[in-house]
Amino acid sequence: MSRDLLRRFVHDMLLARAFEERAAQEYTNGRIRGFLHLYPGEEAAAVGVVQAAEPSDYVVSTYREHVHALVRGIPARYIMAELFGKKDGVSHGMGGSMHLFDRERRFMGGYAIVGETFPIALGIGYAIACRNLPEAVICFFGDGAANQGTFHESLNMAALWRIPVLFVCENNHYQIGTEIHRHSAVTDIHKRACAYAIPAEKVDGMDVLTVYEAARRALDTIRNEGGPHLLELETYRFRGHSMADPGAYRPPAEVQAYLRDDPLAAVIRRAETVDPTPGKHKPPLTDAHPPSPFRGRAWEALGDADIEALRTEVMAVVDDAVRFAEASPDPTLDDAWRDFHRNHAQETLI
Amino acid sequence: MDDTTLYWQALNRALDSEMAADDSVIMLGEDVGLYGGTYRVTEGLMAKYGEWRVRDTPISENSFVGLGVGAALAGLRPIVEIMTVNFALLAMDAIVNMAAKIPFMSGGQFAMPLTIRMPGGVARQLGAQHSQRLEVLFMNVPGLRMVVPSTVQDAWWQLRQAIRSNDPVIVLEHERLYFSKGPLDETADPPPPHQAVVRCTGADVTLIAWSRMTEVALAAARSLRDDHVAAEVIDLRSLLPIDWTTCQASLDKTHRCLIVDETSRFGGAGAEIAATLQERCFFSLDAPIARVAGLDIPVPFNGALEESCIPGERDVIDAVHRLIGRP
Repeated sequence: MSRDLLRRFVHDMLLARAFEERAAQEYTNGRIRGFLHLYPGEEAAAVGVVQAAEPSDYVVSTYREHVHALVRGIPARYIMAELFGKKDGVSHGMGGSMHLFDRERRFMGGYAIVGETFPIALGIGYAIACRNLPEAVICFFGDGAANQGTFHESLNMAALWRIPVLFVCENNHYQIGTEIHRHSAVTDIHKRACAYAIPAEKVDGMDVLTVYEAARRALDTIRNEGGPHLLELETYRFRGHSMADPGAYRPPAEVQAYLRDDPLAAVIRRAETVDPTPGKHKPPLTDAHPPSPFRGRAWEALGDADIEALRTEVMAVVDDAVRFAEASPDPTLDDAWRDFHRNHAQETLI
Repeated sequence: MDDTTLYWQALNRALDSEMAADDSVIMLGEDVGLYGGTYRVTEGLMAKYGEWRVRDTPISENSFVGLGVGAALAGLRPIVEIMTVNFALLAMDAIVNMAAKIPFMSGGQFAMPLTIRMPGGVARQLGAQHSQRLEVLFMNVPGLRMVVPSTVQDAWWQLRQAIRSNDPVIVLEHERLYFSKGPLDETADPPPPHQAVVRCTGADVTLIAWSRMTEVALAAARSLRDDHVAAEVIDLRSLLPIDWTTCQASLDKTHRCLIVDETSRFGGAGAEIAATLQERCFFSLDAPIARVAGLDIPVPFNGALEESCIPGERDVIDAVHRLIGRP
């Protein structure tokens, strides 16, 4: 089980990195246009959190959401086709890079106005609470979004009515080009949750196992005890804010330091070690925090050959995704009108 | 069928009837629960349906409208009350960027069965911030629908149709209509929600109005009869979409048109109506389409000045006389 999960993490993170690097290439080639916000450096956050969720949970994401969508299980080819603006894209070419939706997988959208994920997740959570279902909503947001009014408004309501939302802050320290100390009076985002009596913790967002364990604990608490929870993941984006941003505002030494802490390299190192000593990842072992599946258990490592096989596999998936996206037709204006009118197709308006 | 139902009571019965019929209908907003709604529209519903279905919210317009959007994505049919249209400005992100866009941006995967109710219009001396007519802000947003009921019967029908719709529908009520009286037949079949109706027929001039201005136009039409002018009054009932066919049929008959518009004239709702009808009916018109509309000024607090900022019966009568070339 543990080995399968670790293999899954390595696979997802390799796929995420390969997908995003390929998207950057396709952007440079001119086949992807518009805004393109890439995820390298932050993979442990998406993989750890989304893998901790159940298929019946919901995911609400931001404009940097390709990897959230991939990990949620949306096939790479439908995501790539959406980036290309094609008809077979997950949103039929109507959404684009920042607006991936997959109703079947409960992937409730990427949102391109900072701070929108809070009320959307709150509302989905309200529907869950209304029906008393054992489901939860994962709500991603960045450090910059914590200064939007919706953060405070929605956390207040989520706590007030005990709505099952896991708020996940991907704190990459920058709102586009403004470093967190220049945009926030309190830079520990999780500390703000106490204003609404929401349990919160900050963990190393560069370590996928730590993220996964923290997300599992938080989701268990949400399911067993109700109410929201907030998780702050300290992470870093290796690239600029979008493809249009060279990221010149960041000191090279800072970027170099984080590159040495690459979450993908870290998970591979870990996978190749027989006993991943939990060491610096130490959630308290209490009744509320059952022992992790990775701790104190002898488990088989992934060998070089396994990792290479995974690399080959994900490269093939990404190649296939690009071929699929290329081959998919452009949607027509008729397609657009059809999608626009779909919800009242059966209704007489006038 | 009685003649004594108030507009707010019709809305209240519409909410009650839809909530009774469908468990997925919920309601939220400021003071909609225990207090019963600032205009009594939600009176008694929390006691009947409980607080999960009738939820008093904090003063957080953008997030509680956004909550409605999220709940609609997850299969509920939320009705969000915004206390007045003026506060909707704080929720424009939820209305414009979320509710109007998600169904389309998702490639039609998601429905948005969300109803947003709110009163607009100039009431009585509430000051400039509480006296706005913001119809045009929503009219320019593809993906929204907006009905503007002027009668008790339409309040009943159109609110229920909005709740049953899978699109986001704004029900723009009017502060001065909540205590107006009229007949209500709860069993009659409704016309389509966005169809305009001819409230009074005439062959000399067409008056196009909606919401409270329908009353003003009808009063003017009655007075004009004494001057031997037969005015036809169209109540649009909806501003998004607009029933051009009904308007066009009337203009083809009367050849003259006056739009009675409570919104500020410049870039107001009447501007769109005039432009489109001009294009569609140019060759049947005997005179340019005319407008009486709100003045382009924030509404003053002083009562007399306030009245002079929006069209009244006298303004309509004078404009009709100018339009048909009689003094």
